[in-house]
Amino acid sequence: MSKTLFDKVWDAHVVRKIEDGPDVFFIDRHFIHEVTSPVAFLGLENRGVGVMFPERTFATADHNTPTINQHLPVEDALSANQLKALETNTGKYGISHWGLGHQKNGIVHVVGPENGITLPGMTIVCGDSHTSTHGAFGAIAFGIGTSEVEMVLSSQCIMQPKPKKMRITVNGTVGKGVLPKDVILYIISKISAAGATGYFVEYAGEVFENMSMEGRMTVCNMSIEMGARGGMIAPDEKTFEYLKGREQSPKGEDWEKLLKYWNTLKTDEGATFDEELVYDAADIEPQITYGTNPGLGTGISTTIPKAGEVIDGEASFKKSLKYMGFEEGQSVIGKEVDYVFLGSCTNGRIEDFRAFASIVKGKKKADNVTAWLVPGSHIVEAQIKDEGILDILTEAGFALRQPGCSACLAMNDDKIPAGKLAVSTSNRNFEGRQGPNSRTMLASPLVAAAAAVTGKVTDPREFL
Amino acid sequence: MAYDKFTVLQSTCVPLPLENVDTDQIIPARFLKATTREGFGDNLFRDWRYNNDNSPKEDFVLNNPTYSGKVLVAGRNFGSGSSREHAAWAIYDYGFRCVISSFFADIFKGNALNIGILPVTVSPAFLDKIFKAIEADPKAEVEVDLPNQKVTLVATGESEGFDINGYKKNNMVNGFDDIDYLQNMKEEISVFEESRPF
Ligand code: SF4
Repeated sequence: MSKTLFDKVWDAHVVRKIEDGPDVFFIDRHFIHEVTSPVAFLGLENRGVGVMFPERTFATADHNTPTINQHLPVEDALSANQLKALETNTGKYGISHWGLGHQKNGIVHVVGPENGITLPGMTIVCGDSHTSTHGAFGAIAFGIGTSEVEMVLSSQCIMQPKPKKMRITVNGTVGKGVLPKDVILYIISKISAAGATGYFVEYAGEVFENMSMEGRMTVCNMSIEMGARGGMIAPDEKTFEYLKGREQSPKGEDWEKLLKYWNTLKTDEGATFDEELVYDAADIEPQITYGTNPGLGTGISTTIPKAGEVIDGEASFKKSLKYMGFEEGQSVIGKEVDYVFLGSCTNGRIEDFRAFASIVKGKKKADNVTAWLVPGSHIVEAQIKDEGILDILTEAGFALRQPGCSACLAMNDDKIPAGKLAVSTSNRNFEGRQGPNSRTMLASPLVAAAAAVTGKVTDPREFL
Repeated sequence: MAYDKFTVLQSTCVPLPLENVDTDQIIPARFLKATTREGFGDNLFRDWRYNNDNSPKEDFVLNNPTYSGKVLVAGRNFGSGSSREHAAWAIYDYGFRCVISSFFADIFKGNALNIGILPVTVSPAFLDKIFKAIEADPKAEVEVDLPNQKVTLVATGESEGFDINGYKKNNMVNGFDDIDYLQNMKEEISVFEESRPF
């Protein structure tokens, strides 16, 4: 029988099917971080059970870490306590831990792939919804809650009903200045922030085939922003090329054997999906959001729609515009920007910094803009320096911070002040997401760079 | 952690007729620094509920003494966004045991079920009826009957069925949780693990 990529990977991980219930689902790789794991460890203690396969779990500190002066003790007592708890818990159960200051430390969804921990055909979970990022490698990867973190620690399994399947195909080639972030923001704006709830998505078509691994990660990362549990892309030569030789990637004979298996990981001819969506790359221009969920976005050269023209109900749409201080029918271009954030597990990789640098090179940061440039990991940070990007940024008046989630969720001190408008390469524009009463417009690194040098929302194609 | 059993709940409701209520609104990230599960109810809907100076916002429903109860009734796509289970903990800690909506985000729904909050999905039309009933009478009660998978507007007797898989239903009715189940499967899991290629 023909199977989809998703079916192949899912079915290989079902330990037991419960009648009229979920599947007992085996997890190959488990990532944990300081914020959603402490209560899970507490749960283990209360039950008196241990960690079943500690070598299958990997810990990094990222959500609640400072992005300057990481060599100094963390000032906030509660944050320091969470970091300490992660260190103690991982130490106690023998789980590998890349804490603050460790040379491999960084955002969990950046460090997993760059160290070859993420592989095609795996199941990967983490107490963070953007775990969907790892789907770029042809893995089934999704976010879980803390109760499930406890399940994985104690039994390496979780209980999951099998989601429905959706395929999103984007044909053709994207135009100038259109990045993977624009492709996914475009899709979300078409189907809304809830449009793929209940589904697991496979991305297919030329646009994704031609995309780099970094770009595929950006796309899969934001699957959750349309409600999907996750998104995945069939592994191909690019995937293997990216993984080969990474620190924890399999080597020698193991690699050759797995390669044979990985080459079977694609949707068979004739396999069916519960839902199929097809788009044309030519319709996609650089995108930006204007509202308070990621589905409220539009092409940068267009205007904010009117209530009734969007899928969201009128009450939430209007509440959203009121919060942002925008009006229906207004143009997005020209809005004054106070902050620019380049970073997060969506756009904190080397390609994102290259794109940003390509625009700011030889220009100057606008005086009215505060820019936070936060690499996704120490490895990305090193690449930025090695490739000479840091020099370009410094010359243009930008500084680089240290790796972490930073203003993506504003749990540490990197909070956008109340009322200020940020153009952000992260993934969520919810009310207060980047700081109480802060306002967020999501966009690509190119759009962020154009805003950073002009001080307002600007079409990056002017500079290309 | 095993939780309270859930069978039949009859209660007044707190209405929140907004769509796309994301988990960042339910509990903002800056309140996620605890290493235990308790006390999140104080910061439930923090930025909708309190001004910057911590004074309550009069017009937010949780600050309106007219409304109370163990059932939160919310608009479409409730619990979207971040996977933080803290959102479910905050709702539970505040005193809710059931959330009724016409559509839930997947992760929130799973988290709620895992800690003993019943997410009840009703049709948009029935949701509207519930909102109207509460608007007409803030003391209007609903009865949520898990064994019979039915939610009823007590005053009028109008009701609608809801879905839940048999396994989860059994867990909630008996106060069992998944970890107990998985602990009993360890041998089977070990054998499976040996067969994994990575
Ligand atoms: S960068 Fe943002 S979305 Fe990504 S893991 Fe960190 S907090 Fe979550």
